[in-house]
Amino acid sequence: MTLAFAGGVYEAFVPILEVWYWLLTLLYHLTGLELINPEYTFMYRAILVGLCVGVIAPLIGTFLVHRQLALIGDALAHTAFAGVAVGLFLNAVLELSVSPYLTAVVVAVIAALLIELISEATDAYNDVSMAIVLSTGFALGTVLISLNAGGLAVGINQYLFGNLSTVSAENAVIMLGLFSIIVATVALTRNQLLYVTFDETAAAVSGLPVAWYNRIMVMLTALVVVGAMQIMGVILVAAMLVVPVAGATQVSRSFSESLLVSIVLAELAVLLGIGISYYVGATAGGVIVLVAVGIYALSVLAGNVRQTGAPDETRELESISQD
Amino acid sequence: MKPTMRSHHRDDTDEATTESNESRPSVVDLTDVSFGYTSTPVVEDITVSIDAGEYVAVVGPNGSGKSTLMQLLLGLLEPDSGTAKLFGVDATAFDDGARVGYVAQRAGTSREMPITVREVVKMGRFPHVGFGRLSAADWRIVDRAIDTVGMSAFADRRITQLSGGQRQRAFIARALAGEADLLVLDEPTVGVDTESVDAFYGLLESLHVDGITVLLIEHDLQAVIEHAERVICLNQEIYFDGPSAEFTDSAALARAFGTGTRLLTGGNG
Repeated sequence: MTLAFAGGVYEAFVPILEVWYWLLTLLYHLTGLELINPEYTFMYRAILVGLCVGVIAPLIGTFLVHRQLALIGDALAHTAFAGVAVGLFLNAVLELSVSPYLTAVVVAVIAALLIELISEATDAYNDVSMAIVLSTGFALGTVLISLNAGGLAVGINQYLFGNLSTVSAENAVIMLGLFSIIVATVALTRNQLLYVTFDETAAAVSGLPVAWYNRIMVMLTALVVVGAMQIMGVILVAAMLVVPVAGATQVSRSFSESLLVSIVLAELAVLLGIGISYYVGATAGGVIVLVAVGIYALSVLAGNVRQTGAPDETRELESISQD
Repeated sequence: MKPTMRSHHRDDTDEATTESNESRPSVVDLTDVSFGYTSTPVVEDITVSIDAGEYVAVVGPNGSGKSTLMQLLLGLLEPDSGTAKLFGVDATAFDDGARVGYVAQRAGTSREMPITVREVVKMGRFPHVGFGRLSAADWRIVDRAIDTVGMSAFADRRITQLSGGQRQRAFIARALAGEADLLVLDEPTVGVDTESVDAFYGLLESLHVDGITVLLIEHDLQAVIEHAERVICLNQEIYFDGPSAEFTDSAALARAFGTGTRLLTGGNG
């Protein structure tokens, strides 16, 4: 039943993948860009996954950064790594062929809920619960890998550092699924997530079940982390949740604008990063993050220029009529 | 002051002033409420009733349980014993959040968040629209609320670019946009300059005249006595509950604060 459902979902997304192939092939014939040579369809999938990451990471990251939960992505990435190890371990021991990304989704979502539950149950600060879950996740991952059942350590680097060439059609479809879930959930609950992010107490007073929205937020973060892990790797995945958002905060005048700008900056980093990494032969995740940090530095500069260019603003605000 | 959000309140209030307090519906009802985060109670045997249209201030020294009391009456905490009711419903089960507007001391969690006054005020409509989008009518209510607090010229400014007083006005506008019947303010003038504080109290006064129930938790005794019509003095238990004019002459002031004169002239409790 579950397998049939998963198969149905997979089939539903395959046409999107085919349209994407067709579009990039067309673009190749128009531009002759080597990066999208139809002989290298893995790049088509990598670019698709990258573009999805460029939307969902800052979309969720905007809420996280302004809740001062910037490091939760890091914690969940380490648990997603444990999830990958669980998948590889089960495949080796039980001779299954489950995608490690699916086991990573399950483990990361459980870990996300654990972070919230530890915070709620112990009144510990979020960073304490994040640190506990991060360490536990990475410890579990290293233990399972060190058991080395069936050559488990082989290929672990692709999960740690990401790899464009290993984005299979199945993984691209998983990403499209995660993308749909994340975008639809944020579109539905954007009012509530904004209220809880900005003023948790007022949101609670207004009748919102704040704890539930916190749980939704961390679960969505877990999904982003697993989706982005394919090309960013465990080590660098959190950067995409934080860096474009930090850049957008410098130059945006409103929350809705900051959401849009952070997505634009993230897409810019992803496309430039994939392009550069392809031509210089470097790891895509690392190049994407370096480009994102470069864009962030420029944003800080632009933000400062804008502030110094508006000297009258403060004076005007100080003299507001107190009618 | 700008035209009011809900002029029907004024008529209700004018009529209500001719009636006795008993005829006004009760907004907050605490009966024998005790609560402690540990085995030591923070507040004990609190019985308070606040009627619609009242302007009530809760005062008390640091650590007296003012904020805890506020959380109990808003249903954010559950009493260890006793009952807390909001608009006649058990406060923890109360689900008509639009009726309550809340303004915290330095509200807003993130200092850096790029959010405009209009985006903050529109949150007041969220309990009404749920998962949907704000309609044109909702946006008109938002803009009217911003106008009521005199912030129209700053509607598209980032909230972080405003002074403390202006920011608190924006949060009051959020409560007005929600068409709240009860406005709860937790030390809203901390860090706000004197001139803005005066304007802020002027705004509260006009909202009170308009019929909104105002519950103010405040450290500034002088301001409380000047503006609120009723004072509740708290220090774990209630020391005084009556007209603000009588509070200065009461023994409760000295009992709760240790010394009343210094606080009333010094202004900061």
